[in-house]
Amino acid sequence: MNFPAELKYTKDHEWIKIIDDKTALIGITNYAQGELGDIVFVDVPTVGKTLNAEDVFGTVEAVKTVSDLFLPVEGKILEVNSALGNNPELVNSDPYGEGWMVKIEMNNAADLDNLLSAEAYEQLVS
Amino acid sequence: MKHTPFTQKHIALGAKMAEFAGYNMPISYTGINDEHAAVRNNAGVFDVSHMGEFILKGENALDLIQRITTNDASKLTNGKAQYSCFTNNKGGIVDDLLVYCIEENKVYMLVVNAGNIAKDWNWVVQHNSNNVELHNISDKTGLLAIQGPNATKILQPLTDIDILNLKYYTFVKGTFAGVENVLISATGYTGAGGVEIYFPASSSDREDKEDNADKIWNAIFEAGRAENIKPIGLGARDTLRLEMGFCLYGNDIDDTTSPLEAGLGWITKLNKPTAFTAKEIIEKQKAEGIKRKLVGFEMIDRGIPRHDYAIKDAEGNTIGKVTSGTQSPSLGKAIGMGYVAVDNAGLDNEIFIDIRGRLIKAKIVKMPFA
Repeated sequence: MNFPAELKYTKDHEWIKIIDDKTALIGITNYAQGELGDIVFVDVPTVGKTLNAEDVFGTVEAVKTVSDLFLPVEGKILEVNSALGNNPELVNSDPYGEGWMVKIEMNNAADLDNLLSAEAYEQLVS
Repeated sequence: MKHTPFTQKHIALGAKMAEFAGYNMPISYTGINDEHAAVRNNAGVFDVSHMGEFILKGENALDLIQRITTNDASKLTNGKAQYSCFTNNKGGIVDDLLVYCIEENKVYMLVVNAGNIAKDWNWVVQHNSNNVELHNISDKTGLLAIQGPNATKILQPLTDIDILNLKYYTFVKGTFAGVENVLISATGYTGAGGVEIYFPASSSDREDKEDNADKIWNAIFEAGRAENIKPIGLGARDTLRLEMGFCLYGNDIDDTTSPLEAGLGWITKLNKPTAFTAKEIIEKQKAEGIKRKLVGFEMIDRGIPRHDYAIKDAEGNTIGKVTSGTQSPSLGKAIGMGYVAVDNAGLDNEIFIDIRGRLIKAKIVKMPFA
């Protein structure tokens, strides 16, 4: 299993990748996509909204199941990965890359300290 | 959790396992979409040994079946099977089932849903007022469904029974892969063609029973190796049946839905020689007209319908409820079934599915979907 060291993780199986001191990308982990199976729809009705850490920003639908997506840190949802519209399976094939879900503007970069390191997340799911 | 004769095989193959109807069952092996396509285009093997089988024997067996099931079992001759349902006293559905005529007027097999084995057995026993010999052989019976356009071709070398020409809803008993007393039935729950194979395989201490299951499983995968036959989990079983518009007990039909509402009028024989349970109620429903109806729909706007989501009209009034829904792997669009008020049930009628508080547009379509 793959746990990129430059990412931060949540116990709900999201990852966050810092782009600069304000913006970040969010997606779900390789473990999460494996548990969900074939992903068929990523639904993010919160673009433009500011949400708290751990708020639901959308849902990911696999063939059989629906799961909520939780925001790792407080911030504004700037955009959704439009490539997922026609190719939601990118979340399965490249969860840490092409399969990112939303770009956000963080309100407080210090929130990142509350998240799990790659090592801590790996322990959580192993 | 109970296990089937194949549970260890599924685990060894790396299947994602989960509890279903009290059994430890494979949900998927390589992915639902992949397994779904394998069955639609080639061949796949489902372990459905969790299903229940009852044997009814004796001169009154047919009479008992006629009294408790809606279809006309007196039409069955040796080697024929039919789809039917048990109605309860209110005209709801106790279970849907298959009735196999093994020996006309003497020996029948009922095949019921795993989750309803205890309920159905009690129902049959309770109505057995005329001394029919009843055997619940569910725990002693293995069942594999081999489905797909290439299924019978792959299996034919394993038996002398002419399965290539076995007609839909007929069956033959014989030897398969060296195992005796195997019942091969041209039935299934996928709409992809193929057979279902019942065989003696018990969880009892008799070692040879486990051997039967092993022999059959290994022979099938050996015979299908060149064709790349695949094991298929319950996830793809659900998407395959939903594309065909087949009802799933507990989702689309239950104790509160009538066969007429569920679109099962074709297996509800009001004029058969022996009346079935609550026939008067169903008759009245038919005369007065049903108020709600199970329909198929496809999503127009983006969203995936799921069991229990509300169905609404354009004004936001609730007109029904989703009973099954999924992203259809064959069609690449979201489809579902649900009960809606008859006034809203017309073909092409626009309906709205309440998905997490948003009304997402859908339209009523004909089933099967694929």
